[in-house]
Amino acid sequence: MPALAISPTNFVLLSAVLFFIGLFGALTRKNAIAVLMCIELMLNAVNINLIAFSRFVTPQLFTGQIFAIFVITVAAAEVGVGLAIIINIYRHRLSVNLDDFDWLKW
Amino acid sequence: MYHAWLIPLLPALAFACISLFTKQWKWLSATLSIGAMVSGFIIASFVVAGVLQHPELINHPLVYTIRWLSMPGFIVNVGIQLDPLSAMMLFMVTLIASLIQIYSLGYMRGEKGFSVFFAYMSLFGASMLLLVASANLLELFVAWEGVGVCSYLLIGFYNHKISARQAAKKAFITTRIGDTGLLLGLLALQLIFGTLSISSLSQQIPQYQNIPLLITVAVLFFLGPIGKSGQFPLHVWLPDAMEGPTPVSALIHAATMVIAGVYLVGRVLFMFHSVPPVMELVAWVGGFTAIFAATIAVTQREIKRILAYSTVSQIGYMMMALGVGSLTAGFFHLWTHAFFKALMFLGAGSVLTGLHHKADVWEMGGLIKKMPITAITFVIGGLAIAGIPPFAGFWSKGDILDATLASGHVALFVIGAFTAFLTALYIWRMIFLAFFGKENPENHPKESPAVMTIPLIILAVFATVGGLIGTPWGDLWGRYIHFGTYVAPVANWPLMIGDTLLGALGIFTAWVFYCKDEEKVKAKALAKQFNGLYTLLYNKYYIDEIYMWFNHTMVDGVGRLLYLFDIYVVDGIVNGFGAFTLAAGAGLRVFQTGRLQNYALVFFLGVLAVAVLLAFTGPQATLLLGGVR
Repeated sequence: MPALAISPTNFVLLSAVLFFIGLFGALTRKNAIAVLMCIELMLNAVNINLIAFSRFVTPQLFTGQIFAIFVITVAAAEVGVGLAIIINIYRHRLSVNLDDFDWLKW
Repeated sequence: MYHAWLIPLLPALAFACISLFTKQWKWLSATLSIGAMVSGFIIASFVVAGVLQHPELINHPLVYTIRWLSMPGFIVNVGIQLDPLSAMMLFMVTLIASLIQIYSLGYMRGEKGFSVFFAYMSLFGASMLLLVASANLLELFVAWEGVGVCSYLLIGFYNHKISARQAAKKAFITTRIGDTGLLLGLLALQLIFGTLSISSLSQQIPQYQNIPLLITVAVLFFLGPIGKSGQFPLHVWLPDAMEGPTPVSALIHAATMVIAGVYLVGRVLFMFHSVPPVMELVAWVGGFTAIFAATIAVTQREIKRILAYSTVSQIGYMMMALGVGSLTAGFFHLWTHAFFKALMFLGAGSVLTGLHHKADVWEMGGLIKKMPITAITFVIGGLAIAGIPPFAGFWSKGDILDATLASGHVALFVIGAFTAFLTALYIWRMIFLAFFGKENPENHPKESPAVMTIPLIILAVFATVGGLIGTPWGDLWGRYIHFGTYVAPVANWPLMIGDTLLGALGIFTAWVFYCKDEEKVKAKALAKQFNGLYTLLYNKYYIDEIYMWFNHTMVDGVGRLLYLFDIYVVDGIVNGFGAFTLAAGAGLRVFQTGRLQNYALVFFLGVLAVAVLLAFTGPQATLLLGGVR
């Protein structure tokens, strides 16, 4: 194995970094659209993990890849719904600031 | 004889037919009901003839059964048990019920619910006949309850009257107290012997060794007859039962219901006979009831009420006879009593019809001129119950006193003899007040129609000659109906003469006070002189009041206590749950901020906690999280 070959550790590290960037953004950003984007980031971090482990643990099978495709599909649907909700809220409130939205309160 | 099963079935069918189809057609309903009962009577006559031809039935009753239900360890065969006892009862019940139903045609004419009345009467008769013919104690218990239900329906027949409703309830609830004991006794018998068939019990019980247990069972068992037959202390319902139409009172007091208890005791006399202490109890309950009710009857004013207490007293006589071990005397009195008591009740009904339901004997008088048939038949009934030879009551009452003395119960004999005197006194007090003496100008009596007087005449014939089948000189009765070995009776002359004198003395006393003395000055003076005693007796020893007091203080008091318990403890617990949930919600909703990012943070921290837990404890931790493997 060449010295500069990419090891599973690199993949896991990359994915962890991506995931926490996404998480930090999702928890702290006030803009709803930014939060949606951060969630995409977290999902993609997971995708990297799935494909990497599939590649290194069971190279003959495509389980991880297929799962990643599923995740992408679901994420697309989720973003579609999420954006639709946000647009609707914007039409009523003229705002996409999450601090304004506490309607789920009792 | 093999068609005896039809006897209870026919009136039951008549009941079903009337209540389902023919309710609108009054006379058709009445015809059906009477027809069923009369056919039953004809079959019963053949049954009696058959029994008389087969004396072996005395010791080996004819039993034929079918399987009713069968479970592991619990098999019930129901059917008919024919022996002289049940044959006699079938005959007597069908005869009296037929006569009473015919009489009702006149008495109930124009009443609302004419058809319903006959439907109930049919069901009443069917229940009683099934009770009498039962081969199994469970079957008997079903019929027993059927009788109770019908008495409830019929006592409360005038259900627009509140007193009738209350009397019906009282009858049902009071007898129910006794029935509970009977049911427990039945269950105990089933548990001990594994059968409720009367014939197999009669073979097993005399061999049974555990006497204390058997005593308990027998006492429980005896509670049923105490309630049903109106024995002290559960007699209170019987005098109120006259709230129903008079034919119903006659049926209850003479042929059904109250004699069911006596019949049951006679039916299982083998059980009571195995436990002498319970026999003593039966005898003393009977004897005490006899004198207790007789003393009350002396002071009562309403004609039916006097007769009702008379019934209580006479049933006490029968119980006393059974208690001293004489099945013969007890049932002989049941037989004769049925005729003269039915006669007097129907006579009372005839009087009430004539006087537009004025019931106080003090307001009657001289009725014999306007209602001769009623009066004469009533007098025959009075002679019979007072024990004047050769009327029916003389023979049966003599038998009872004879049996009591022969078994060595001197105290009970004295009670019985004194009761015989009181019986003559109160019945003849009523007769003199109602039928003799000065006429009350307010009354305009007229004799009842033939449909009512003919049953009276037939019953009067039976009340006259009904006792002749059991005299010491031609003892047909005792040869067929007896317990253990048959002992031919011998004429006990001193007792017979004394007995007659007691009855005559009672009648004479009544005559002195209530007939010779036109204005009843002496009677009133006597009542005034013994005012306390008179009031006590007139108010029936305040037994009803004592029961009501008991109900109001004890039962209601316990009810109030339990109510408080319910309010504060049970409701407290239930409401406490609600309050706890509310408080918990109020506390927890602080965390419900409505901010999505807070939720996401908590969510993340939760996942983190799980991850940390897994990292430090290994795979076993998954068990804590719901056992995911």
